[in-house]
Amino acid sequence: PDPGRSGSRVRRRFTVSGLVQGVGFRPFAYVTAEALGLAGSVANTAGGVVAEVEGDPEAVREYGRRLRAQAPPLAVVTGVHETDLPVRGQAGFAIAASDGGGAARTLAAPDIAVCADCLREMRDPADRRYRHPFIGCTNCGPRFTIITGLPYDRPATTMAAFPMCAACRAEYQDPRNRRFHAQPIACPDCGPVVSLVDAAGTPVRGDPVRSARAMLAAGRIVAVKGLGGYHLACDARNDTAVALLRRRKRRGDKPFAVMVADLDAARSLTTVGDGDAELLAGFRRPIVLLPRRAGGTIAPQVAPDAPDLGVMLPYTPLHVLLLGLPGDPPGPDALVMTSGNVAGETLVTDDAEALTRLAALADAWLRHDRVIRVPCDDSVSRHVAGAELPVRRSRGYAPLPLALPFEVPPMLAVGADLKNTCAVAGGRYAWVSQHLGDMDDLSTLDALTRAVAHLQLLTGVRPRTLVADRHPEYRSGQWAARHADGRPVLRVQHHHAHIAAVMAEHGLGRDERVIGVAFDGTGYGPDQTVWGGEVLVAGYRSYRRAAHLGHVPLAGGDASVRRPYRMALAHLRAAGLAWDPALPAVAACPPAERALLDRQFGSGWGCVPTSSMGRLFDAVSSLSGVRHTAGYEAEAAMVLEGSARAAWPAPGAPYRFALPPGAAPVVADPTPVVRAVVADIRRGVPPPVVAARFHAAVAVLIADLADRCREQTGLGTVALGGGVFQNALLIEAAQRALRDRGFTVLRPRLLPPNDGGIALGQLMVGACSA
Amino acid sequence: MGHGGGGAMSAELVEHLFLPGYGAAGAGELGDCAVVEAGGVRLAFSTDSFVVRPMFFPGGSIGDLAVNGTVNDLAMSGATPLYLSAAFILQEGTALADIGRIAAAMGAAASAAGVRLVTGDTKVVDRRSGDGVYVNTAGVGMLAPGVDIAPRRATAGDAVLVSGDLGVHGVAVLSCREGVEFGTGVSSDTAPLHGLVAAMLATGADVHVLRDPTRGGVAASLNEIARAAGVGVELGERDLPVPPAVADACSLLGLDPLQVANEGKLLAFVPPDSADAVLDAMRAHPLGAGARRIGTCVPDHPGMVVARTALGGTRVVTMPIGEQLPRIC
Ligand SMILES: [Fe+3]
Ligand SMILES: [Mg+2]
Ligand SMILES: [Zn+2]
Ligand SMILES: [Zn+2]
Repeated sequence: PDPGRSGSRVRRRFTVSGLVQGVGFRPFAYVTAEALGLAGSVANTAGGVVAEVEGDPEAVREYGRRLRAQAPPLAVVTGVHETDLPVRGQAGFAIAASDGGGAARTLAAPDIAVCADCLREMRDPADRRYRHPFIGCTNCGPRFTIITGLPYDRPATTMAAFPMCAACRAEYQDPRNRRFHAQPIACPDCGPVVSLVDAAGTPVRGDPVRSARAMLAAGRIVAVKGLGGYHLACDARNDTAVALLRRRKRRGDKPFAVMVADLDAARSLTTVGDGDAELLAGFRRPIVLLPRRAGGTIAPQVAPDAPDLGVMLPYTPLHVLLLGLPGDPPGPDALVMTSGNVAGETLVTDDAEALTRLAALADAWLRHDRVIRVPCDDSVSRHVAGAELPVRRSRGYAPLPLALPFEVPPMLAVGADLKNTCAVAGGRYAWVSQHLGDMDDLSTLDALTRAVAHLQLLTGVRPRTLVADRHPEYRSGQWAARHADGRPVLRVQHHHAHIAAVMAEHGLGRDERVIGVAFDGTGYGPDQTVWGGEVLVAGYRSYRRAAHLGHVPLAGGDASVRRPYRMALAHLRAAGLAWDPALPAVAACPPAERALLDRQFGSGWGCVPTSSMGRLFDAVSSLSGVRHTAGYEAEAAMVLEGSARAAWPAPGAPYRFALPPGAAPVVADPTPVVRAVVADIRRGVPPPVVAARFHAAVAVLIADLADRCREQTGLGTVALGGGVFQNALLIEAAQRALRDRGFTVLRPRLLPPNDGGIALGQLMVGACSA
Repeated sequence: MGHGGGGAMSAELVEHLFLPGYGAAGAGELGDCAVVEAGGVRLAFSTDSFVVRPMFFPGGSIGDLAVNGTVNDLAMSGATPLYLSAAFILQEGTALADIGRIAAAMGAAASAAGVRLVTGDTKVVDRRSGDGVYVNTAGVGMLAPGVDIAPRRATAGDAVLVSGDLGVHGVAVLSCREGVEFGTGVSSDTAPLHGLVAAMLATGADVHVLRDPTRGGVAASLNEIARAAGVGVELGERDLPVPPAVADACSLLGLDPLQVANEGKLLAFVPPDSADAVLDAMRAHPLGAGARRIGTCVPDHPGMVVARTALGGTRVVTMPIGEQLPRIC
């Protein structure tokens, strides 16, 4: 006899796991039950959403089907567990209070851009939330950055400080309302308040948003409190204002991102493809890197010499108001929005700190009294060859879990030292943190400590093992050693982690292997050299270095990273070419430094051999006269890519690397490439052509090396990882070259190819070696 | 590799090989200098080996370092150095004139420091076993009653002082070795520091820690002190006395001036209320004319050293490992 049946009635419990809290799942469960004429209840528990329904057996079956198939847009259902129960003869459907107990874990939602329904209301003078900067609903608004605990409920958010008014409470309690249990619900009567203050914290007269717009229009810099921290904003069409911001922020030439009102405005500045438009206007709303349109009237200072412009659309109601509603007095229609911090430090989230730390940077502070629980930078992404290619995965993405191909024990990976993210994992999930920044600064290390604690709080994972890079000087690795507290700290080779991350993203199983092409700037090699142009035959458990780029000496550590002309000189010397001052790279190196390098390369003092592909891009950038120094990370390589696009597809034959037959590992000798670059430059071939031929050469190299590995191993799948693959031109060309030769290509699409994605790879390697 | 660089790797050798090997016969942390008791007298006891290349450099030679290095290790415990031993390992074929120059330098340095070379040894190895001359010196000194100067005594609130310009010795040696002039007048600062220490102690201040930041520079010394005492150290980057020639050389070589060796400078941790008196005493001494306060000992971030940058950031100053490895990926 079936205990779930009683006459024609059945009762069944559905336990829905995944990202199901804070995304309108309970009202969905409620409305669906009503539509099917079912009685019962639904509740949030720490183990997920639990719905119990009873009624007609067919309707109950249909209910289960709809829970899986018709979940709200922001929900990620990872499992529905069904149990039959004795029928109780219940009538009506109830939404039960949250249950804080329970051992299993739920998933916290990321912050979501303001939705179209809320925007419509905000623009409607008749609506009670007309022009309300904190309008939101179950489909939009802050989540990750306001959550202080789980289950996700008003008291466990920083909105707990704002008691709901009667009108808001009524909406909050009405299952048919779009704001049913929308935890950040607010209105002008009960919600947070925006204010504009000066450096002393004194409020500026008048309407805060209107005054801030007027200041921006007058060329001033305004610190604007957003979801995950403060921005510094100025008019992106005002050269003087942008230059002032650049100077105050000591930003060098690093590009700024620009916020514009809508897709049309984005199209007036840049070329926006279909995939780009989806990214731009989607609910994650990252900064999207887009090719600049010639004749756009943005200030040249916004992104000097960068091939792309980072564009984002407003994602909070306050941003929308800042860019102006129809009928508002004219104001800037394009704003530079750069993170509110001093170079190298973490994003400012606290209001008092904003006044002191941004004192020398801003003229006024547009802020509000909703507390930011954790900092979260804007994400940066782009669309390349049919898929997203994240550059920085942060707001709108974190802390969304990544499904893992197999169970892993509870672990913590601390990532790499630059563009750091950390990650925890347990069971079949990994949670990668928001972007934390460069680990040189004490504030970033503190941010790592806080991010780890917050991730543990949200996920319930209690790591029993830590994983870090092998680099002995990585601050992240030293952090892991300091915080190990008796737990083992596993060390994973940098490029192995890059490849493992891509494998995991694509769901490869525990025993699978790939041809891993890991091209990046630098990573610590187990042979005391600096790696970075590697082909690894790799699984999670182990790898073999099947091929690498030929070594050149890297003199003086990061000094040669910041001054690409030094890499040009190293490659010239390795290629047996004289340092002819007629070459732009040689001329760029001051004579005293040239003499010193000559001695160092001769004696080997202070030199580490490197096989870095990123440094070869630097060298070619300098050799072709495109960029000799790097004021920000990968500047020379990025400007080289921009140059190459102007001459793409490359005219004539690509340069060729020399591949000696049969050696193990295969050493790809860049000598013929360097010689050809120099010959072309001497002949007066335009730099964009040189740059394009070089890009084509690297794509062919990747395919050639993959072929070699296939011959040896029979493997037909290539994983591309490492920061060099942030280069859109290269990843597209490499993908095409590999597919032409019949390879399956795995490329990063959920996590950045750069070190921001490395924590996932560390977890996977750690899980398989522990 | 970097096991002799004075940084994390040397510490690893001591921790994982030497101490376990010595077992019960070993003691403490095997620091630069030990305080021992013999016949009711407190003695400071230290030994050091010198392998610097080139053997002769602007401002000194391996001989000067061999004397001053051990004298300074004794002085950093507050002791008055008295007697040194000198042991030579010579490569077959080393020019006799060079050995003579080194011996003369040692004699002159010992006289200047007021110590006596009282015992020694010489060994010769074949041509393939080394290049030139290695010198080991050991020394003993007397400690006045009540003097207790040791890394573990660093206390939150202490002022961190330095006796003068940083990085000069390391850059002098490098400029000579790499054959490049980094500006005029960069010559080694090698000098015996016990006279300066005596002047500091004469103020009556309770000096907590003294350290000569040799191999691994200020970065290594401060990290060791921070770990030994379980305190943090906060430096002001703008307060660091780095001469322009040293700054230029470091920029060209990709070095952090805080990691460059000094041979005639000391770091001191003193209670904040005696900082001015100690600084005055240092400045009145010829070897402390450029003395200044460079930072503070703090209760935060125990075991870590940070430097406040001109931009307002807080850079973490790590223990140098043997090699300059890039971290930018
Ligand atoms: Fe990397
Ligand atoms: Mg010593
Ligand atoms: Zn909404
Ligand atoms: Zn309200």
